[in-house]
Amino acid sequence: MIGQMFSKPEKFKVYWNRLMEEIVQLGIKSVGIVVLMSVFMGMVLVIQTASSIDSPLIPLYTVGYTSKQSILLEFSPTIIALILAGKVGSNIASELGSMRVTEQIDALEIMGVNSINYLITPKIAGSILIFPIVILFSMASAFAGGYLACYTTGLVTIDTYEYGIQLFHDSDMLYLQYALGKTAVFAFIMTSISAYQGYYVKGGALEVGRASTRAVVYSSILILLFNYIITQLVLID
Amino acid sequence: MIEVKNISKTFGDTQILYDVSFTFEKGKTNLIIGQSGSGKSVLTKCIVGLHKPEIGQILFNGRDMVTINNREKKNVRKEIGMLFQGSALFDSLTVMENVMYPLTMFTKMTKAQMKERAKFCLDRVDIIGKDNLYPSEISGGMQKRVAIARAISMKPEYLFCDEPNSGLDPKTSILIDELIKDLTEEYQMTTVVITHDMNSVLEIGDNIMFIYKGHNHWTGNKESILTTKNEEVVDFVYSSKFMKMYREKII
Ligand SMILES: Nc1ncnc2c1ncn2[C@@H]1O[C@H](COP(=O)(O)OP(=O)(O)O)[C@@H](O)[C@H]1O
Ligand SMILES: [Mg+2]
Repeated sequence: MIGQMFSKPEKFKVYWNRLMEEIVQLGIKSVGIVVLMSVFMGMVLVIQTASSIDSPLIPLYTVGYTSKQSILLEFSPTIIALILAGKVGSNIASELGSMRVTEQIDALEIMGVNSINYLITPKIAGSILIFPIVILFSMASAFAGGYLACYTTGLVTIDTYEYGIQLFHDSDMLYLQYALGKTAVFAFIMTSISAYQGYYVKGGALEVGRASTRAVVYSSILILLFNYIITQLVLID
Repeated sequence: MIEVKNISKTFGDTQILYDVSFTFEKGKTNLIIGQSGSGKSVLTKCIVGLHKPEIGQILFNGRDMVTINNREKKNVRKEIGMLFQGSALFDSLTVMENVMYPLTMFTKMTKAQMKERAKFCLDRVDIIGKDNLYPSEISGGMQKRVAIARAISMKPEYLFCDEPNSGLDPKTSILIDELIKDLTEEYQMTTVVITHDMNSVLEIGDNIMFIYKGHNHWTGNKESILTTKNEEVVDFVYSSKFMKMYREKII
């Protein structure tokens, strides 16, 4: 009994290390592609909005304002979540799937390790913790992309863009909460679905490939569906 | 000692195991032999509790794996070492970390003690100077050895080996067989080896169960298997040209 009590911290350390591993694997390692995509998307948003404004009645600060709305509400939380679902979903499903077909999961179970707790829980918890931070990076990069586009194209001055961004900032906090909350839900959806697909694979390498395709497709569809549901619940009142 | 009593196992509509009973003895290499698809792996997975049989008892020194609760099951499993067909080493861990893994999860040893124990086990299976390599960087035979080292790291009472020779050349196979037999005697383990390799049978078959279409069809040892008149066993044993020639000599 006392022995078990003393062995608890050791185990806690094992699970803590697993959580950190997954945060790095799923989150930190995705920052690069997320930043890259977000910068380009921010640039494109500015250029497209600016070039579609051809009436003198619409002020140019609309560019900043609409960019902000798109980035906060949909682009960063949803589009980036779909990108992550592709990257992280296939990664999780193929990792767990190949562990299943090579009997590594059986090996854990035989040793008396609860394989779900050991393998899957840190993935779900880690992504719920880290994805909102990744999304903050995405937002920052998208705004930076916008500045870059203003600077390089001269379609809108930086001052005007900035003015547009600051417009109606009262609701920004709510939008940010909504976006990060949404991200946490998407993180749960993509990791749990992909883990399920991978963990219960039967057969060989071919089935692992199929499972990872299913993981990405199902996660993406559910993310879109939940995006609709959450948006309706939160933004219509 | 592991006593298997009247085990039946069904997947959906297909029955795989029919009323199988057998006693696996301590300090001996007990063999489960039979053709591919006869139910050897399913039986083993029932014994270690990865599958639940519909009927029967599986007694690990009296503790019934089928009916005990999860906590007791975990305790029994800590006494089990298993060598899987494809080695099942963890890809993401080095050779050393693989052998240390059970120690990290289940003991209060310090890192230095774990390293020492892992090193001892790796030495025992003749893997030296490969500590920091990953499983994909060593040969199949070495992977098997590392998996054996991992299986014995917790000083198990029971050792299970699912086709330890599959994918190995004949010479390496024999070395692995000898290693398993030596370890069994040294640590007085109850060892269960699944195989369909006649070389292994003749090398290490202390106590043999021949499983045929899900039935325990014949039991014996490496001597009696050569002289039995059981038709299916004869068919299995003397299926190769080499063994047929041998048979003409001894009869
Ligand atoms: N999880 C499972 N679900 C359904 N059928 C299975 C499962 N595992 C094994 N079987 C079937 O049980 C039979 C025996 O398989 P197995 O025990 O693996 O044979 P072997 O003697 O070669 O190890 C095979 O026909 C196999 O298809
Ligand atoms: Mg088998």
